[in-house]
Amino acid sequence: MGRMEQSPLAAYQAHLEKGELAYQWSPEAQKAVFYPRVICPFTGSDHLEWRVSTGLGTVYATTVVHPAREGPPYNVALIDCDEGFRLMSRVEDLAPEAVRIGMRVRFRVHRPGGDDPPYPVFVPMEPP
Amino acid sequence: MDGLQRGSAAIVGVAESDLGAVAQDMTPMDLMAQGIHRALADCGLGLRDVDGLVCATAQSRTSGLNLAEYLGISPTFVDTTILGGSSFMFHVAHAQAALQLGLCKVAVIAYGSTQRTIGRRQASVREYNPYETPFRPFLPSTAYALAASRHMHQYCTTREQLAAVAVAAREWALLNPVAWEKKPLTIAEVLSARMISYPFTVRDICLVTDGGGAVIMTTAERARSLKKPPAYVLGCGQAITHANISSMPDLTVTGALASGRAAYAMAGLGAKDIDVVELYDAFTINTILFLEDLGFCAKGEGGSFVADRRIAPKGSLPVNTNGGGLSYCHPGMYGLFLLIEATRQLRHECGARQVADCETAIAHGNGGVLSSQSTVILGTRATL
Repeated sequence: MGRMEQSPLAAYQAHLEKGELAYQWSPEAQKAVFYPRVICPFTGSDHLEWRVSTGLGTVYATTVVHPAREGPPYNVALIDCDEGFRLMSRVEDLAPEAVRIGMRVRFRVHRPGGDDPPYPVFVPMEPP
Repeated sequence: MDGLQRGSAAIVGVAESDLGAVAQDMTPMDLMAQGIHRALADCGLGLRDVDGLVCATAQSRTSGLNLAEYLGISPTFVDTTILGGSSFMFHVAHAQAALQLGLCKVAVIAYGSTQRTIGRRQASVREYNPYETPFRPFLPSTAYALAASRHMHQYCTTREQLAAVAVAAREWALLNPVAWEKKPLTIAEVLSARMISYPFTVRDICLVTDGGGAVIMTTAERARSLKKPPAYVLGCGQAITHANISSMPDLTVTGALASGRAAYAMAGLGAKDIDVVELYDAFTINTILFLEDLGFCAKGEGGSFVADRRIAPKGSLPVNTNGGGLSYCHPGMYGLFLLIEATRQLRHECGARQVADCETAIAHGNGGVLSSQSTVILGTRATL
């Protein structure tokens, strides 16, 4: 493996800057890899391709966090993307407790502003 | 586990350090040393007999160095494996291997934490994860809540069933003089307590206490000549499935399935042969998941299994007889206390909470966010 000119995280965040949810594809394993890495966890190979997700997925697990001190309750969910990878995120545009396992969702880039990098959130595919 | 021989080593001394809220400015090393002093007294050995030093704490990066210096010993075998709360079950397997190979003759396994006194954030600093931290999961609770959401979805497990785990633990704790919690608890009280990360209220979640302790291990041969009846290591098994919850393959199936199988295979025993069950109950869902994955009930049936007082005192399966991490003590890495309680049950030292005719015990440790699972099966001399 040669010297990396860009870290896996930097490549991922560069896609998010463009409004894209990227993941890696392992041709040898024929599987999606997430989070991005320098080698494939299924084969050990360093042959990983970058792909851009359609951004469609399904809620796999969900919870509502109730902050101890201040701020309203918020959703934290695990999303299974259609390409076969899972990530932590949240579902927006509906009450946090209305998020349901099995709900179809669509990716949207969230730009927190300041020095914080963008990250992926999801919204329901059908209006609630 | 290939290479480890059933019954080749034994736990011969056990002790807790001070628990609950310890004296101001006590350090993890103070608690480890206190636990070691008491555990050595428990088996009749002295510090000069100790040549194997095994320990873990979230509050010291080089705990092996600090503890060796503190004790004034220069051990021939050191292991400071740290994989979360299950570390101490991994330690048992490592110590057994070292004893078999002659790398040491007497090993101590020690733990200490002052997280209640200094605050959890101070005691256990969470690493930043760019793929999780932005979503503000309240870890570890949120990770276990996600697993619970999945179990509820797939198997219709209810919040009342989760609460039954907390209530059973509390009933056991009321039989344990050193347990933190002293008052009865009802299912309604669990459900109406402050919500933390749905479906968990604060009563579905382990305590935040100080505490520590030690376990002394030696060869089976040497164990026979010591003060108390040995708890022989019959089986060990371990599994790591992930580190972060977003990488857990299936949130309803833990590595306890694999670690349990390995431990049962080494022990030549199955779930039906186990007399007392000590499970790492950092959250109410844990007890349900581990009862399933360790074969005490079928996958998906854990909720109904715990619902009718089956695991409470006088129930058909004694589970977490010390009151568990939910009601007895939880200083952050709870695994060592499961080994202590399992050993005491096998010695019939447990007073009001003693399980009758106890010959075999399982102590199952969990670490991270269901990430590392390690199972130890212990037995009395009669089981060799």
